[in-house]
Amino acid sequence: MLDAGAPDAIISVRNLHKWYSGVHALKGVSLDFRRNEAVGLVGDNGAGKSTLINILAGLHQPDEGEVIVEGSRVAMRGPRDAMDLGIETIYQYNSMVPSMSIARNIFIGREPVLFSIGGFGILDEKRMRRESVQAIADVDLHLRSPDALVGELSGGQRQGVAIARAMHFRSKVMILDEPTNHLSVKETAKVIGFVRGLAAQGVTAIFISHNMHHVFACCDRVVAMALGEVVLDRRIDETSIDEVHAVL
Amino acid sequence: MSVTEQQSGEAPGRPARRRGRWRLVKIAMEKPELAALVLLFLLIGAFQVLSNGVFLNFNNLRGLFGLLPEVALVAIGVTLLMICGEFDLSVGSVFALMPMTMAVLMVDGWPFWVAIGAGLGLCALIGLTNGLITIRFGIPSFIVTLGMLFMARSLTVVISGGFPPRLRMDEIPAWLFVDFVGPGGLFRMSFLWFLAVAILVSLLLSRTNFGNWVRATGGFLPAAQATGIPTARVKIACFVLCSMLAGFAGMIQTLRIGSALPSMGEGLELQAVAAAVIGGTALTGGIGSILGGVIGATLIRVIDNGMVLSQIDSNWFKFAVGGLTIGAVVANAWMRKRARAMKVET
Ligand SMILES: Nc1ncnc2c1ncn2[C@@H]1O[C@H](COP(=O)(O)OP(=O)(O)O)[C@@H](O)[C@H]1O
Ligand SMILES: [Mg+2]
Repeated sequence: MLDAGAPDAIISVRNLHKWYSGVHALKGVSLDFRRNEAVGLVGDNGAGKSTLINILAGLHQPDEGEVIVEGSRVAMRGPRDAMDLGIETIYQYNSMVPSMSIARNIFIGREPVLFSIGGFGILDEKRMRRESVQAIADVDLHLRSPDALVGELSGGQRQGVAIARAMHFRSKVMILDEPTNHLSVKETAKVIGFVRGLAAQGVTAIFISHNMHHVFACCDRVVAMALGEVVLDRRIDETSIDEVHAVL
Repeated sequence: MSVTEQQSGEAPGRPARRRGRWRLVKIAMEKPELAALVLLFLLIGAFQVLSNGVFLNFNNLRGLFGLLPEVALVAIGVTLLMICGEFDLSVGSVFALMPMTMAVLMVDGWPFWVAIGAGLGLCALIGLTNGLITIRFGIPSFIVTLGMLFMARSLTVVISGGFPPRLRMDEIPAWLFVDFVGPGGLFRMSFLWFLAVAILVSLLLSRTNFGNWVRATGGFLPAAQATGIPTARVKIACFVLCSMLAGFAGMIQTLRIGSALPSMGEGLELQAVAAAVIGGTALTGGIGSILGGVIGATLIRVIDNGMVLSQIDSNWFKFAVGGLTIGAVVANAWMRKRARAMKVET
């Protein structure tokens, strides 16, 4: 492909297609996500938002089209590849293991080890606890202890821990798939405030929600999807909630 | 860290020492093996009384410690696999197939160490097959290993040729596995093997990154997959380890009784699952401990042995194990709920 994506884009996708046995979930999606931009992705249930971000997160592979990260075409074979590229995802369903502690959760798959043989090693638990306390404090979350089980936390606190994890691993792009679902008003406000602050920390945000007010409260740009296609792509200050609603 | 979302159950002015004690209670109640441990002590006390002091005497303990490693080794593997979110019903058959393979090969003139290697290799292959089929075809491991239960048992009988092969014990360094050692010969070597395996697997689960992956995989698979853990390989590794431990335990029993019987280990798979569950392992995966599985296995051995000594009709044994299994699950669920409700600074 000649088109290598917009020059200032951190992630570009070109002509993405995805089929799920018969269902054409993405029908040629092309988008650019610019550095330090917060993009709101909206659309009805089944519009293909999760499918798109699952591809960006390395969880699914596109059937056609390409993903360009920082100017080079990438073929991600798993979530680990995406993480290594600095793309962290906070999923719609909870991305935490409820039966494990906060410290254990933050480091799943990326555990610091004291020494290792062939990739297996003894956990550096002191470091895990210390760094998770720091990571939690960094996102302004107040929790009792890094040893508390994630299953004991409220929905908002869990999202907070997921965000802390993403920040701890110095993500460049943070994808949040409906992070405000099932959250209280106060917790929602906190997540929105957090997304708004990401640009200042040099992080690009892709924020998925079907609540337009949430998107307009914290994003620079809004992308609307319907039936697997992008139907609107505007800067927030050049559009309105009504206009977005009209295209959906 | 500050206490921000503290809910009821904790008056702010409560002295620190009280709070410290509640914290300990909460931590203890969250330990899944606690209920089983308490019960174990109660039963030991009861049997000691019922048997007029015979239960804890030297010879009985010696017998108990001699048999325990066999079921406990199987329970360790099953517990690990259950924590990983899978199930293995074929362990009882593998328990017989491994020593039978070894014995048949030795009759054919294979040296002991090569035969043992081949036997364990076969176990690894069975574990691998269980894991691959479960994952590749997305079938519940309950079904896959149920099939393997029949297949491995059938294979055991087929290769035995209908009657147990003669083991030439003089060619086997059986002392390495079954000789009595320790103060007054209280333990068999198998007990040391069991201890070593229990400690190693326990450390593997609680102190290594692999253990973290096992818990995550069993605890909530989608989250584990999303973090990029090789969940399929983690599960397969647990299947393989579980099968190999079952085979190893079967070999120990064979060396103890001096022959490989095709019917060995029948029903052992359910005892192992019961042991894991009694020890606090959740059927849904993610929760449990190796220590719990070991305590569960010990409980089963203690009940078996204690009932005989107390002259209780031994037909009640399965009833007791069954009741205990259900009771333990109920007790654990209750304790976990109570512990969760206790909002204290942990
Ligand atoms: N794993 C899957 N298997 C089959 N169909 C799927 C799968 N995931 C999504 N789909 C289908 O793809 C379409 C897009 O879904 P999705 O990306 O989840 O939309 P959204 O997140 O916008 O609600 C829907 O029609 C959905 O039913
Ligand atoms: Mg979705």
